[in-house]
Amino acid sequence: MPKVEVQKIYKVFGPAPKQILPLLEKGEDKAGILKRHKHSVGVNNVSFAVEEGEIFVIMGLSGSGKSTLIRCLNRLIEPTGGNILIDGQNITEMSAAELREVRRKKVAMVFQNFALLPHKTVLENVAFGLEIQKAGLEMRRQKAEEMLEIVGLKGYENAKPQELSGGMQQRVGLARALAIEGDILLMDEAFSALDPLIRKDMQNELLSLQQKMKKTIIFITHDLDEALKIGDRIAIMKDGRIVQTGTAEEILQNPADDYVRAFIQDVNRSKIITAAAIMRNAEAIILEKAGIRTAARKMKDLGISSIFVTNKSGVLQGIVTIDRVSSLIKEGKEELESIIDKNIETISLETLIDEIIPLFLNTGYPIAVVDEEKRLKGVVFKSTVLAGIAGEGGENNA
Amino acid sequence: MLNAKLPLGVHVESAIDWMTANFAGFFSVIRKGLLGIIESIDWVLSAIPLFVFIVAVVFLAWWVAGRGTAIFTAVGLLLINNLGLWGKMLLTLSMVSTATLIALVVGLPLGILMAKNGTANKIIRPVLDFMQTMPAFVYLIPAVYFFDLGEVPGTVATIIFAMPPVVRLTNLGIRQVPEDVVEAARAFGSTPAQLLFKVQMPLAVPTIMAGLNQTIMLSLSMVVISAMIGADGLGKTVYEGITQMNIGKGFEGGLAVVILAMLLDRITQCLGSEQKKSGKNFVRNRMERRRAHS
Ligand SMILES: Nc1ncnc2c1ncn2[C@@H]1O[C@H](COP(=O)(O)OP(=O)(O)OP(=O)(O)O)[C@@H](O)[C@H]1O
Ligand SMILES: [Mg+2]
Repeated sequence: MPKVEVQKIYKVFGPAPKQILPLLEKGEDKAGILKRHKHSVGVNNVSFAVEEGEIFVIMGLSGSGKSTLIRCLNRLIEPTGGNILIDGQNITEMSAAELREVRRKKVAMVFQNFALLPHKTVLENVAFGLEIQKAGLEMRRQKAEEMLEIVGLKGYENAKPQELSGGMQQRVGLARALAIEGDILLMDEAFSALDPLIRKDMQNELLSLQQKMKKTIIFITHDLDEALKIGDRIAIMKDGRIVQTGTAEEILQNPADDYVRAFIQDVNRSKIITAAAIMRNAEAIILEKAGIRTAARKMKDLGISSIFVTNKSGVLQGIVTIDRVSSLIKEGKEELESIIDKNIETISLETLIDEIIPLFLNTGYPIAVVDEEKRLKGVVFKSTVLAGIAGEGGENNA
Repeated sequence: MLNAKLPLGVHVESAIDWMTANFAGFFSVIRKGLLGIIESIDWVLSAIPLFVFIVAVVFLAWWVAGRGTAIFTAVGLLLINNLGLWGKMLLTLSMVSTATLIALVVGLPLGILMAKNGTANKIIRPVLDFMQTMPAFVYLIPAVYFFDLGEVPGTVATIIFAMPPVVRLTNLGIRQVPEDVVEAARAFGSTPAQLLFKVQMPLAVPTIMAGLNQTIMLSLSMVVISAMIGADGLGKTVYEGITQMNIGKGFEGGLAVVILAMLLDRITQCLGSEQKKSGKNFVRNRMERRRAHS
């Protein structure tokens, strides 16, 4: 069951919105409705489903209905028609009290302009959702402190939001949303008000938080780079409709129409697509467990000429080649460690294709992809890079 | 036909007659209640020893506004006492306090109602305009009809005359709360009451305070005028000065009113906002410096 399921949602603004629905169903478009019937169409027959733990990005030009759509999900804006299911429960049929319960416990929101309470301290702001739930003072303080630590704002508990920079204020906004420990985060252009460097930081931070927390995130942006970077799947909106839904690669490769094509035309794939997106599963042998013979057998089975070596916890040690393994065996020696080539190129999950290409000039080996702790995550071959530029995704995106 | 005067005045008169006849009990209850409040406040204020009173007010002035206001307060209050107007000043203050209190009790909910309900807003707004622009003296006449002479009709007229700013600025203050903050409160599951008391009212406080300040100032001016219908207090001194052609007396009374007005104005103005030079800030800075040193 999807975590969030949106079924045929409409939102029409104006004096008699219900009467506009049949016209929309007949296929009249936003411009026509505005001209002939003086109603403004915010969302026009939108359906999608978001799986648990997924980051679903909605993008589109200004006025395409993104904010209206995301506000329908927790009924800050009352949809004119359609159903919204969260964990299978129909939000659109709930009473005010039931809806409040969902907003308190399940669905948290982060806003473009932070929307912090200026009369409360940072700590009180983070605890706001819990205060609304009438949680005890001590519990509120504890939870809020924990969340501030997570977003890296420890020590700012007693500051007022106005005293913080934009990036820090949005961390407070994020902490406030995390504090209620709901499963779903709605983020409406949450990073759009931040300058580019801070924005990148926040994107990375969101991604690393997401690795730990596994929330279901619906994220709005009008920035394609942001969408490609953080979205597991992306929906592109135009005039209140979704014109295409898919992964970044799917959209880059098969744009549904000229609108989408115009959207992505400036994308330099090599500047967008990262090692994480194109890398293949890396075969490796474990130093403590495997001997020289295992290494030889594994390379032979896989038909490859070199293999990475890691330690027990997956930390990359280097690479061994079939040639050196064979000569070692011929010499009758056993120490795998002595033939490991430790001087190899590694890249991180975020390294762009653009930065990977020159590395192949200096090395004959495939390039290892490692995380911050130097644990082996994947491998990039020359051929994968070319495929990445051409728009074919990797076989695994782990 | 066009020259015939509409009998508006006659109708108002008969309506008032009818009300005096039919609601006499109601008016007498209100009369007793108001008198009770005014007299209790006056009694409490008079019971405070002069010296203690002055020190307390001077401290308050320093705490919220700063040294300048504190010095002015000390000099002003001593002067009023020196002129022999202390008791009258206290009575005036009691009437102002009573009128302001009731204006708040009635005005705050009205302002909230206006902010939350478009229809209420449309109805109340012109009524407020009417209340505020009608010359103040006009309220004195029906007030006398219903409540006899003295402090009570004076206070009633004052309440009507002075209430609009509280209502208006409560409404404005709530409407001024940024839309996205309200949205955030709703998104986290606030009930309408939580939204009002945890978000909108706290953020409206500075604006409401500005309204309260205006209301107090209007109250004071009206309380003075109500000497014309027999209310005692500083107004009476001024009024006697006028009727007896006694310039000195009129001036002394007027000066006391001005001092009281400035005091109330400065102190209430600073209540809603942070004052850099206030004693509150002085103490806070001192403490922070000491903490930084240790
Ligand atoms: N309260 C409203 N009354 C009338 N029309 C509205 C209202 N809110 C939104 N709309 C209309 O709905 C459409 C979608 O607006 P929306 O704010 O959802 O766009 P958006 O994609 O979020 O744009 P942006 O990128 O500028 O935030 C617009 O045409 C807008 O004019
Ligand atoms: Mg928007």
